Amino acid sequence: MPDPTSLYSEKVMEHFSNPRNVGDMENPDGTGHVGNPVCGDIMELYIKVDNNTITDAKFKTFGCGAAIATSSMVTEMVIGKTIEEALEISNRAVAEALGGLPPVKMHCSVLAEEALKLAIDDYLAKRDKEDGENE
Amino acid sequence: MTRIYLDYAATTPTDPEVVKAMLPYFNETFGNPSSIYSYGQETKGAIAEARSKVAGLINARDEEIVFTSGGSEADNSAIKGVAFANKSKGDHIITSSIEHHAVIEPCKFLERQGYKVTYLPVDEYGLVDPDSVRKAITDNTILISIMHGNNEIGTIEPIAEIGKIARDAGVYFHTDAVQTVGHIPTDVNELGVDLLSMSAHKLYGPKGVGALYIRKGTKLFPLIHGGDQEKGRRASTENVPGIVGLGKAVELAQQGMTEEAERLSFLRDKLITGLQERIDHSRLNGHPVNRLPNNVNVSIEYIEGESMVLNLDLEGICCSTGSACTSSSLEPSHVLLAIHLSHELAHGSLRFTLGKWNTEEDIETVLNTLPGIINRLRAMSPLAKKS
Repeated sequence: MPDPTSLYSEKVMEHFSNPRNVGDMENPDGTGHVGNPVCGDIMELYIKVDNNTITDAKFKTFGCGAAIATSSMVTEMVIGKTIEEALEISNRAVAEALGGLPPVKMHCSVLAEEALKLAIDDYLAKRDKEDGENE
Repeated sequence: MTRIYLDYAATTPTDPEVVKAMLPYFNETFGNPSSIYSYGQETKGAIAEARSKVAGLINARDEEIVFTSGGSEADNSAIKGVAFANKSKGDHIITSSIEHHAVIEPCKFLERQGYKVTYLPVDEYGLVDPDSVRKAITDNTILISIMHGNNEIGTIEPIAEIGKIARDAGVYFHTDAVQTVGHIPTDVNELGVDLLSMSAHKLYGPKGVGALYIRKGTKLFPLIHGGDQEKGRRASTENVPGIVGLGKAVELAQQGMTEEAERLSFLRDKLITGLQERIDHSRLNGHPVNRLPNNVNVSIEYIEGESMVLNLDLEGICCSTGSACTSSSLEPSHVLLAIHLSHELAHGSLRFTLGKWNTEEDIETVLNTLPGIINRLRAMSPLAKKS
């Protein structure tokens, strides 16, 4: 049952109040940057990849409660996953893991998915470039 | 947890004395004011008494007050009512870019019906330049609508000056005074307005009732057709308990208005000064002097408003933001953009509006709580590190 006195689910508020994996990352293997000040949400997501597995993820977010909670949740979901598994994570999955989001906030989960995809793309592009140089 | 309410511009709690005055009109003195027997005549008398109180507060005549369902209906009635009734005279309306949606949206609706609307810009403090009003008037101008006090940034507009210009040009002048009636003087003759909107729940009255002042001789069509209540200017059986509540709220507001405005201005300035001292990279929005006694609006750099409001709520402090994360457009407040704030600063705004039950201790609690929240959110923000 959603709490009628709260805009967000308990899980969203829990991640908003105690976000996981906040901060910068030194020498990330992939970085995803999405959003802009016009829409009011900016997310930066960093990943470390070892042997095709995401071993660490960190984020920095300027945004509303839902933006912070989805950033936190997506980092938590992605750690320990292979690149292929991580690419399967959809915005709906992030929202569902948070116990749902109000309809007007679904775009925040879209941003989280996009930030993750961009970080992975960045990692893959760097890896391909390195592979090319090593050949 | 004791909660501190600092959003009195959104709504006020109904004063217990107002509730007490209203209660008999639900089930004891419940008659329809249009009925000729005693039950009806009792409620008719109660409405007349409330009308006199409202008229007295704004220096109007009793018959110039029409009760409505609130501020939005008063605004809609004034704007659409004048536009429809004066179409043969012209089709041009002048308003400002910082009006409440209850003024802007009727204007946009009229544009879709073929009317022309000028939305005047404001300066960095949110002030409308009276000279820009003068210059915007054409032979086709039928109405000017400029708000008295802005609900978001608290700026008080030069209504009396604009009133003179409107009078000289022979154009009807409406002001949305929802944020000022009962808080600062709102004399319709000193302001030079033909129409003025007010709402009960912004001055410790109930929700769902307001009033429109219509200067005698002003030509406008009613918004709601039906019975001949309010002399045919607004059909519908009167909201008797609500109207009685508005009357009582007005009476209470009139009693201690000057003292309360001074008390709130002191608390307001303490909060503004305290925020400026304790929070770097922040700015005050709105006019530093021509300002509602209870309004504090600040922008905090690098962080977003809703996340601040949620964190403050977790600490028991209730306030609002101009960041529009809950609107489908995602655009921040049109008022903050109109005073030339960047999108980032508009999203990073906080509004505290004080009221009757706030104390100096409340202000200190805010000043002690907010810096920690800001530091935590800034540590999370990708914008902060680039400063």
